[in-house]
Amino acid sequence: MPRELLKGNVAMAEAAVRAGVEAYFGYPITPQTELLEWMSHRLPELGRVFLQAESEVAAINMVYGAACTGVRVMSSSSSPGVSLMMEGISYIAGTELPVVLIDVVRGGPGLGNIAPSQGDYNQIVHGGGHGDYHSIVLAPSSVQEAIDLTVLAFDLAEKYQAIVVVMADGNIGQMMEPAELPPMLPIKSEYPEWAVRGAKGRDHRILTSIYMNPEDEEKTNLRILERWNKIEENEIRYREYFLDDAEFVVIGYGTAGRVAFSAVRSARAEGIPVGLLRPITLNPYPFAKVAELANQAHAFLVVEMNTGQMLQDVQLAVAGKVPVEFYGRLGGVVPYPDEVLNEIRRISHEPIAVGVDPRRNWMQRLKTEIS
Amino acid sequence: MQTEIILSGFGGQGIMFAGQLLAYAAMDSGLEVTWMPSYGPEMRGGTANCTIIIADEEIGSPTVLKPKAVMVFNIPSMIRYEPLVVSGGVLIVNSSLMDREITRNEIKSLKIPANEIAESIGSKRLANMVMLGALITKLPVIPIESLEQALDDHIPDRHRHLLDSNFQALREGSVFEELKLIEETDN
Repeated sequence: MPRELLKGNVAMAEAAVRAGVEAYFGYPITPQTELLEWMSHRLPELGRVFLQAESEVAAINMVYGAACTGVRVMSSSSSPGVSLMMEGISYIAGTELPVVLIDVVRGGPGLGNIAPSQGDYNQIVHGGGHGDYHSIVLAPSSVQEAIDLTVLAFDLAEKYQAIVVVMADGNIGQMMEPAELPPMLPIKSEYPEWAVRGAKGRDHRILTSIYMNPEDEEKTNLRILERWNKIEENEIRYREYFLDDAEFVVIGYGTAGRVAFSAVRSARAEGIPVGLLRPITLNPYPFAKVAELANQAHAFLVVEMNTGQMLQDVQLAVAGKVPVEFYGRLGGVVPYPDEVLNEIRRISHEPIAVGVDPRRNWMQRLKTEIS
Repeated sequence: MQTEIILSGFGGQGIMFAGQLLAYAAMDSGLEVTWMPSYGPEMRGGTANCTIIIADEEIGSPTVLKPKAVMVFNIPSMIRYEPLVVSGGVLIVNSSLMDREITRNEIKSLKIPANEIAESIGSKRLANMVMLGALITKLPVIPIESLEQALDDHIPDRHRHLLDSNFQALREGSVFEELKLIEETDN
C-alpha cells in the first residue's frame, strides 16, 4: 500500500474497517469526532453496522450486545464520554468479551476542554469500571502506530477475550502524517464457541456478568486473572531510543513520548548520554524493562501530560534504586521539546533531591516557569 | 535535519489547506512530515493556525516553540509569531492585510501584497497560494513543482476549475520573491 497523508482519527477508523470491524456504536465528541464521522459513511457503504446512539451509555451497551455474537465490534470516544461508558466496560469485562475501544484523551477533569491530554492514564490503565479486571492499553505516538495498534487491538481482544483500549490523545487524533493502511481483511466467517448466534439444534449458552454464588464469581475472577497472566507474559511492547549507553533515561508515551524523543535527540547532540523508553503497552506495563534500566541509569525523568500518573508505575519498577524525576504539563497543554531538554540538562548536570516526592519540586519549577 | 513552518491567520483564509498542500508535497518528495492544526472551537473569522514539520528523519514533537519559518495572514498572528521565528529564519507577511512594520532584522522577512496579487489573478481567495509561492522560494525546502503536483492531486473537486489560477498564484508569489531578491542584490 502507498503512503497516504492521513488524519489520526480517520486513520484509526479505516484501520478498524480493514481489520474487519462489523459494528460500530458511538456518540460524537471532540477531539475524536472524525473517527465516528468516517465510520458513519464507510460502514453503511460496506453493508456493516454504524449506529450513533443517544448517549455513550447506550453506545457501550450496544457494543456489549454485539460482542456477544462474536463479531468484531468497537466504540470510540474522548475522556468525558469514556467515563460514561465505565459501567458497560465492567460488564463486558465480567462477561469476558472481546471489545475494542479508542479513547482520544482530552483535558480534564470534568468537562475540561478539547486539547490533548494524558490525564486519563489511571482511569484507563489502573481502573475504570468496578471489579477485578484489566484492560490491555495501547498508546500510539504517531498516525502509523495508531493504525498498527488499532489492528493489533482486534487481534489481542479476540485472543484473550479482553477489552483493548487504544489510548490516544487529541494530538494523535487531529494530526496528519504519511502512513500506510493495512490490506482489507475479509469479515470473519467462523465464530468462537461461546458466541450466541441462535441456538437451533444445540443447548443454549448464557453470556452474563452475574454470578450470584460467590464461589462461581471467584472462579470467574481467577479465569480472568489467568488470561491476564498470559497477557503479561506475551504482550509487553515498548520502543527504545539511544538506550544502549544511556546514563539518564527519559520515559514517556504517546505525544509526550515523541516530544521527549525530540528533546533526547537534541540532548544527545549536546553530548548528554540520555536515552528514551517509550512504552507502547501501558497495560501490561514494561516493569521488567524499567527495573533493568534502573541498574544502568543514574536517574530517570518521566514526562507526561498529567500530574504524574505513570510516574507511580516507574517508581514501582525502579524501587528507589536511583532518583526518578518528573516533568508534566496539565489541562491540555502539550510540552515543547525545549522544556524537556531543559529538564534533561538539569538532571544530568545538577544534584537531584532525594527522599522527596518529585512532584513537589516539579510543581514549584512549573509554577515559576508559567507565572 | 528538520524544518518547522507555522501558517497562521483567520479561519477561511485557506491556512489549513495551504499547510496540507505543503505536507502532501513533502510526502510525495519522499520526506517525513507532520501537519498539526490548532483545533480549538474555531470558526470562520476566528484564528486558525497549523504547524508543518518537514524532515529527512523520524519526527519527534509535532509542534515547536521556535519555528524556522512563519507565514502570517493577520495582525494577531504577527504579534504572536514574529518574536518566535528562530534567528536566521523566515517570516512572510501578507502586507495587504496589515501595515505593521517587521521589527526583527536578523531574520529573512518579506512583505507581500498577497491579496492584491491574488485579485489581479482573479480572486483574493488565492492569497494563500501567493503566500505559499513566496515562502517556498525564500525557504526552498521542497521544489515548487512538487506543490503544483500536490495541488493537482489533492485540490477538492469543487475547486478543480480553479487549478490553473492556483498554479498562477503560486508562480506569482514565487516571482515576487525572486524580483525582491534581485532588487536586494542590486542595492
